[in-house]
Amino acid sequence: MNWLRRILAILTKEFIQMRRDRLTFGMMIVVPVVQLALFGFAINSDPRHLPTLLYLEDNSAIVRSLTAGLQNSTYFDITGQVSTAEAATRALQSGDAAFVVTVPAGFTRAMLRGDRPQLLIEADASDPSAASNAVAMLDQIATSALKQDLKGEWAGLAQGPPPVDIVVHRMYNPEGISQYNIVPGLLGVILTMTMIMITSIAMTRETERGNMENLLAMPARPWEVMAGKITPYVGVGLIQTGIVLLAAYYIFHVPFVGSPWIMALGVGLFIIANLAVGFTFSTIARSQMQAMQMTFFFFLPSILLSGFMFPFRGMPGWAQDIGQIFPLTHFLRVVRGVMLKGADFHALWPNIWPMLVFIVAAMTVAMLRYRSTLD
Amino acid sequence: MISPYTAPLAGRGVGGLSGITPNIAPPHLKGFTMSEPELAPELAPELAPELAIDVRGLTKSFGKLKVVDNVDIAMPRGQVWGFLGPNGSGKTTTIRMLCGLLRPDAGEGTCLGYDILKQSRQIKNNVGYMTQKFSYWEDLSIRENLEFVANLYGLKNRHEVVDQALETLGLASRAKQLAGTLSGGWKQRLALAACTLHSPKMLMLDEPTAGVDPQARRDFWDQIHRLSSQGLTVLVSTHYMDEAERCDQIVYIAYGKLMAQGRVEDIITQSGLYTFIAEGTGVRDLMERLRGEAGADHVAYFGNALHVSGSDLAGLRDLVARHAVAGITWRQERPNLEDVFIHLMGQSKDNSVRT
Repeated sequence: MNWLRRILAILTKEFIQMRRDRLTFGMMIVVPVVQLALFGFAINSDPRHLPTLLYLEDNSAIVRSLTAGLQNSTYFDITGQVSTAEAATRALQSGDAAFVVTVPAGFTRAMLRGDRPQLLIEADASDPSAASNAVAMLDQIATSALKQDLKGEWAGLAQGPPPVDIVVHRMYNPEGISQYNIVPGLLGVILTMTMIMITSIAMTRETERGNMENLLAMPARPWEVMAGKITPYVGVGLIQTGIVLLAAYYIFHVPFVGSPWIMALGVGLFIIANLAVGFTFSTIARSQMQAMQMTFFFFLPSILLSGFMFPFRGMPGWAQDIGQIFPLTHFLRVVRGVMLKGADFHALWPNIWPMLVFIVAAMTVAMLRYRSTLD
Repeated sequence: MISPYTAPLAGRGVGGLSGITPNIAPPHLKGFTMSEPELAPELAPELAPELAIDVRGLTKSFGKLKVVDNVDIAMPRGQVWGFLGPNGSGKTTTIRMLCGLLRPDAGEGTCLGYDILKQSRQIKNNVGYMTQKFSYWEDLSIRENLEFVANLYGLKNRHEVVDQALETLGLASRAKQLAGTLSGGWKQRLALAACTLHSPKMLMLDEPTAGVDPQARRDFWDQIHRLSSQGLTVLVSTHYMDEAERCDQIVYIAYGKLMAQGRVEDIITQSGLYTFIAEGTGVRDLMERLRGEAGADHVAYFGNALHVSGSDLAGLRDLVARHAVAGITWRQERPNLEDVFIHLMGQSKDNSVRT
């Protein structure tokens, strides 16, 4: 039975060590609970309440019935009206609106004549899965919404084919190719994973190997250490970006319609944001193992709550608020905005400043945590 | 080269005075001071700039454990001081506080004239600190490590400085070797080269010779004395008595408290310890019997001889008489430093129990 004793001895030692490493132990117990609560309630692949703008050239009781029908379906949230086609496009580009419903002039009269006029719905299909359920419901919504109004002399219109011809423009990704959405998103995921991990581990390694004491005994200021340690990895991140973008263009045939400069700005900010997170982790983690765990702890909600894996608008409000914290959320919108929508700086600014705020916050924490003594 | 044994008496005088700590001033040192009236205590502030280290009441706790407790050190420039004490006695913590790597909980003072609390940058620029564990970058070559250090200190002619250091410390032939592949002795040479690269005014070496072979140890100390003869102040912690004896003065610290300070000779005299040495066949069995007997405070082996020490000379003589067995020869000798340290360690334990 000596083999059993040896196994038990090792097992006991393992438990003792597990108990001593509080961070790991905490991660093993707390993280699954948090994840269960967070992702279980947050993730929903059938997004509703998608922001919808109206562009009304005709406004009659029937049009109001239609828009009320959209609202009542819970798939669409009518958030406002626009008065020009340009404003409608801008709202779609910046992601403020997921749909723009255009009711052309003379719509009501044409419908009552039985001409089946067109109702134009422009959908932001850059994420095909986010829009698809809502789009699939459109015919049914229109038919049931109009049922109330089509009585008496117009009762005939309620029979047969729907009285309106709903034309859906799947903007930015007309064929609904999921690569268009996934590949630019992967750029963000790859950068998050490698940048945070490399930085946090590179710094923790210095502590683990005892180099930190030496570094601190020499006259190097915290920000100098930070700048020196981070810069090489900015280069690594840029190389990764180049590879992903070339593959996106030549292998996956993802279009690139926007400005490379805005793309460069977005990538630069995103890389810096992630490196700052990595640096912060390295000031907390005591071993490379812990640094890995913290990276993972940050990475998982990043991909799940950012809109990379599941539609962002499918999540409840509180989960969206949490998702807004992660730089990946904003980076995804910038990348998709630039590559697929050709959005300009103005349209993307709402997603650029949150990354700037994040960088300032993460750097501040890192500098406060970084100690120039061994205390 | 000035050997520590022939160091000018004047220098020792300064050390003797400034080495006095108010709370545990050894009586013989007081006498020493009075024999040199020109170094009267009221002149001490004027001597301050001459002190490389001048700290009072240095205290540091980690959690509930008081690692360094109210330590005063006044060390003149240009000397080599040994820092001794058992493992975990607070030597490393004290050194780290002196060179600005740890913030003391209490206490104040200067290192090279710079405030240890406020001017740690200036201290870092003028002190070379060699960590106990090798802490240079194992995946860089010797030259790369040295150039990195040269750049961190912003040395102007860094290529020449690095070449010079490689030459002086005999590292030139291995300049391209990765530091991680070096043996203990070579790592130690690299560390010494790196921490002296910026021509510091003071060196703090934390157990630099632990795990290093005797030849390398000797070479290392030759380098220390060479640097000292160039005017460098050196504070070196060690567990080796032969190294302690090469120092101008030693500071003995145990359980965070400063127990003794002064020249080796003085510390031995001051201890009030008497030592009898037993040699011959059967001393091994004698050891167990002597332990705990009246008169014998400490029984310890050195080489093949048994050292029996105690502060009560008459009691010791009785004990020797009781154990005058055939085949064992007894003689009284002056206690060596190690006898004294074992004695001091016992005392400090008593202290820690009492408080």
